Amino acid sequence: MSNTDIEIVVDDPTAPEENSPAVVSTGVVDVVVSLLLLVLALVLGWDNWRTGASWDSTGPQPGYFPFYLSVILGGASLYGLGAAFLSRREAAETFVTRAQLRRVMAVFVPTLLFCLATQYLGLYVASFLLIATFMRLVGKIALWKSLLTAFVFTAAMFVTFDVAFDVIMPKGPLEAALGR
Amino acid sequence: MEAFGLLLHGFAVLLTWKTLLLMMVGLVLGIFVGVLPGLGGPNGVAILLPLTFTMDPTSAIVMLSCIYWGALFGGAITSILFNIPGEAWSVATTFDGYPMAQQGRAAEALTAAFTSSFIGSLVAVLLITFLAPMISSFALKFGPPEFFAVYLLTFCSFVGLGREAKHKTVISMSLGLLLAGVGMDTVSGQLRMTFGSAELLRGINFLVAVIGLFGISEILLTMEERLALRGHAAGISLRVVLSVWKDLPKYWVTLLRSSVIGCWLGITPGGAIAASFMGYNLAKRFAKDPESFGKGRIEGVFAPETAAHASGTSALLPMLALGIPGSGTAAILLGGLMVWGLNPGPLLFVEHKDFVWGLIASMYLGNVVGLVLVLTTVPIFASILRVPFAAVAPMIVVSCAIGAYAIQNAMFDIWLMLGFGVVGYVFKKIGIPLAPFTLALVLGNRAEDAFRLSMIGSGGDMKVFWSNGLVGTITTLAIVLLFWPVIDKAFVGLGRLLRPARA
Repeated sequence: MSNTDIEIVVDDPTAPEENSPAVVSTGVVDVVVSLLLLVLALVLGWDNWRTGASWDSTGPQPGYFPFYLSVILGGASLYGLGAAFLSRREAAETFVTRAQLRRVMAVFVPTLLFCLATQYLGLYVASFLLIATFMRLVGKIALWKSLLTAFVFTAAMFVTFDVAFDVIMPKGPLEAALGR
Repeated sequence: MEAFGLLLHGFAVLLTWKTLLLMMVGLVLGIFVGVLPGLGGPNGVAILLPLTFTMDPTSAIVMLSCIYWGALFGGAITSILFNIPGEAWSVATTFDGYPMAQQGRAAEALTAAFTSSFIGSLVAVLLITFLAPMISSFALKFGPPEFFAVYLLTFCSFVGLGREAKHKTVISMSLGLLLAGVGMDTVSGQLRMTFGSAELLRGINFLVAVIGLFGISEILLTMEERLALRGHAAGISLRVVLSVWKDLPKYWVTLLRSSVIGCWLGITPGGAIAASFMGYNLAKRFAKDPESFGKGRIEGVFAPETAAHASGTSALLPMLALGIPGSGTAAILLGGLMVWGLNPGPLLFVEHKDFVWGLIASMYLGNVVGLVLVLTTVPIFASILRVPFAAVAPMIVVSCAIGAYAIQNAMFDIWLMLGFGVVGYVFKKIGIPLAPFTLALVLGNRAEDAFRLSMIGSGGDMKVFWSNGLVGTITTLAIVLLFWPVIDKAFVGLGRLLRPARA
């Protein structure tokens, strides 16, 4: 086989379709983000003003430096808001299509559930569940491969962090039952 | 000559079996994260940082910097074989690297990429060896106003010289500086921006933010697109390596020019992306037959790779000498130094000689070992891409969570990481740059302390930033760089006005 032959091919059975409709435009997201940043600037600015944004006998008060940063953030966000309203190019650009959003959610929702599970079941059990479920449901990979990969990876993480490097991770009822 | 002696001492510190083993582990892990889609240098270093918490600082930083070298090498593999740039600075490598692979010259292209990476890094490490001690001994004379002026220069040059919309860079930077101030004020001990939350008392750890901003957001972005790959397999033989190396002297001008560009853009915060494109464009511009570029010309691989790696490596110079990182990854390495209680900056060269020179020696050794490793293991690493992304993605998520939790042993940090992941995804898609945010989050407290100490010293008089020639020059330069686009436009306009008058 010559070097020019294609030898590595990985297909993606869940690839998003090309002609999926747009969910939201970049212009709209730009406006929303600018508004949120403006609100954040106002809230932080108010908090720093309350903490003390002027001078006292010892020098600048704790809120002095962050207060003026809030003003800069607010000013830049206002400018961004105006620019987003005026920009026709950004208004026409697609931020995300429906098919893309579905795929992003296919990662985001399991990650969110993983964080929740970590809090109650511990990191290793949550990791096993995330990897096995994700491989099986999203990647459509054979169940035995998904379970084996999840077990081997989780065990390797446990040995590396908890045993070899002494980095203690959040534990749950399973680890407690096993005396860890 | 003093630097040479200290460097030899650095090699003596480094040459233990334990450190060499850690170096190999770091390089393999680095190449691995460089090849994997959805990971890269900054994420790899941030995620793997907890592995080093129980090590001594020298071993830890050697391993982390080797992850960085490995990731730099690994990025070229996907660019050339699959036309997928692992990092933004690898984009220019695909222009000629992928056509070379299509012509059956993948091994030649990969050898050229790895060799030029090595040359670029080597030039930058030589610069660090001889320049960093000089800059740091000069910086020992700095007081708070000079330090604040240098921080200001860094921030202003990001705004003035960055390619993104200026207001977006300002948003990114001011947000980073504000979030750095969350928690207990280091001077008065008063709480700021915590809103009664006990979790926010610790402040926002920048490594948690980085893991979310780069790691989680990259997974979301990678997942959004089609994940099918079609590429070329390649094995590198000794004959190809020797033939590429034999031809190297022919390209000395390209290699030297790209190294200089890379070092310049690495020390100033221009970055590896700008360096790689500038290196490529200049190679094309000065070529006798520029139309052959983009069709599989080896110089088209040499130029961007040399520049990008010279830039990535020399970004460590201001971090070591002044405590100011020149890139996102340098900022993460700086965070690592702080975790081990080391204070990056001029005093590091005085107080921790073993550490600094051990690190610099590891840059030489790491690059040599890295070059040999990638040249011999390309097929193995390229085959990693056969692993479906649906298996890789959850593993990266778990690694990110482990990294975020381990920094402060706080569950809240895992949630914070997820939040930053969403922020990173949205910011990347609407063009708000993340590098200034990271830099501001790292330098925020230091910049504020320098500002407050300067103002206390001067009784609130802003003239302190022009109180002597040095601080005045740096502050003025910062303001010039901030308004550089306006100044540049004014010069161009003036030139146009004068031209017809002369005619």
